[in-house]
Formats: sequence, C-alpha cells, structure tokens
Amino acid sequence: MPSIADVSTTTLDHRDKVSRNALGIGIAVGVYAVSFGVLSVTAGLSPAQTCVMSMLTFTGASQFAYIGVLAGGGGALAALGPAVLLASRNAAYGLSLTPILPTRLRDRMVASQFVIDETTAMARSQDEPEDALRAFKLTAASVWIFWNLGTLIGAVLGSGIGNPQTYGLDAMFPAAFLALMAPQLRRPGAPVAAISGALLAVILVPLTPVGVPVIAALAGLVPGVLAANGRRR
Amino acid sequence: MSWWAVLALCVIAYLLKAVGPVLAGGRELGPRMRGVLDLVPVPLLAALILTQSLSTGRHLVIDARLPALAVAALLVWRRAPFLIVVLGAGATAAGLRALGWSG
Repeated sequence: MPSIADVSTTTLDHRDKVSRNALGIGIAVGVYAVSFGVLSVTAGLSPAQTCVMSMLTFTGASQFAYIGVLAGGGGALAALGPAVLLASRNAAYGLSLTPILPTRLRDRMVASQFVIDETTAMARSQDEPEDALRAFKLTAASVWIFWNLGTLIGAVLGSGIGNPQTYGLDAMFPAAFLALMAPQLRRPGAPVAAISGALLAVILVPLTPVGVPVIAALAGLVPGVLAANGRRR
Repeated sequence: MSWWAVLALCVIAYLLKAVGPVLAGGRELGPRMRGVLDLVPVPLLAALILTQSLSTGRHLVIDARLPALAVAALLVWRRAPFLIVVLGAGATAAGLRALGWSG
C-alpha cells in the first residue's frame, strides 16, 4: 500500500524508477536467456535457429516449452502445441494493452511484437496512459536486447555452462512476476482474480497439457469482476 | 532439426500478439470493458507465479523454488527494489540446492 511519502515523490523520481525497473527486468531476462540458449542447443536446435527463435518468437515461456518437448524426445509438431498455447495469453495481453498503444496501424504492428508478460505488467502498473506507453517501450527495448544477447551467449557457450538450476535461475521468473503483479493487486477485484486464477492453474497442472493451466487461469476474471462489481454497489 | 516449425512458431506467436492491437486498434472501449481488460494480466501472472514455482512439466513438486518464492514475497512486502527481489529468490534457490536440498 502506498504511504504518504510515495504520494509526495516527484514525477521525475517516478520516471527514474520506471527506467530502473525496465533495466532490472532486462537483466533478469538476459540471465534467463543464457540458460535458454544453452538448453536449446543441447535440445537439438542449431545456434542460428535458437537466435532466430528468440528474435522473432520473442515470448520466453513458449520458447522454453518448445525446446522442453524436443529435449524430452518429442517431434517438432508435438513441440508446437504447448508453445502456441502458452503464446495465446499474449492475445489477451494485446487486448488489455490496446488503449495505451499508439493509434497508427504501422506503429501498432511494430508494437505487437513486444506484447509479452514483462511489457504488459510494466505498462499496466502505471496509472497514466502516457507513462504506460513509456514503460511499455522501455521494457520492450530492454527485454528484447537482453533476451537476444543472452540467447546468443548461451547458444555459443553450449552445454559448457552446466545446470542453470545450480544458480537458481528457474526461481527468478516467479519472483519477477510477483514483483510485477503486486502493484496491480490494488485494482478492485484483482486479489480475487489472482487467487482464483492461480488455484485453478495449480489444480489443472497434473490434468492438462503444459500451457493449458496458465490460459485457463483467465477464468479467474469472472470471480474477480463479480467481486469488483459487488464492491462498487 | 527443421526450420519450418521454428518459423511457424514465430509467425503464430506474432499473430496472437497482434490480434488486439491491430484488429481492435483505435476503438474506444467502454469503462466496464476497460475495467475487465485491466484485470486480464492479474490471474495470468498469478498462475505463472504458482505454476512456475510448483510444477515440473505436468507434475506438482515442492522444491527449492517454493522457499525462494516465499523470500520474494517477503521482499515485495518490504518494498525491496525489483532486482533485489529477483536476485534474492535466485540466491535462495541456489543456496538451498548447494546445501543439498532438492525437495
């Protein structure tokens, strides 16, 4: 919850904080990208394919799901399933970002490539539309640069780096998402949506293919919106 | 390994991202619709947090990632900077694993 000190901080401080957070999440993403590059090459993709995937697909969870199936012995078609399911949440993100993105069609087509977890969370944690667009752009640039730099380093290093879990890399992503989600919990209905979505996802993990639980968590919106409307009356 | 699936994933991923901004672009949304769309990332992020902390593939597991998430939650609650939250969680998991706890 914001204290009086937070309310009185200047706009400049706030803008600095957005830049710092964008850089911070970029670095975290870059570290994780190194492990993606390593795992992708060891799963059987070439370094060129690994780097093209990071530049163009540019949605980490889908990329990890893809190479995870390959590493487990699945074929390319089997690998596409969970990767596409995980990517489909970006469609929901794109809809939620529509009000703050530029109005020109060409700008929207460019911006679309950068509609991912990190940019959406950073943009939605801003109160003013112009701050939201600035946060979106800064995060997009930071994450894209570090994601591809990290991928390249990982792909070149190959398997020489050892197990990324030794360094706790896999624990960094939930922490990053938690830090990004926390400010959004102030919205009416948000805590209810978060808890119901997360519980539904966990229940579905053993029951559905990889990727489905996170998408099914969208159903958490229903109790969330009901709670928000109930509070308004 | 063939290129076609890699490129197919690139194209599909882009089309999914572009559905909202390109098709719904420039239209005014009512306040009720905006309220709903504002909430969209929250359950998805919450689901990512828990599934990435508690599952490996289709198995629910409790390992070093759960205490790491607890440390992250404590740091977020104490209003720690973003990078400290992320590194704190990573260091917790790495430390526990170095001590031999694999869950």
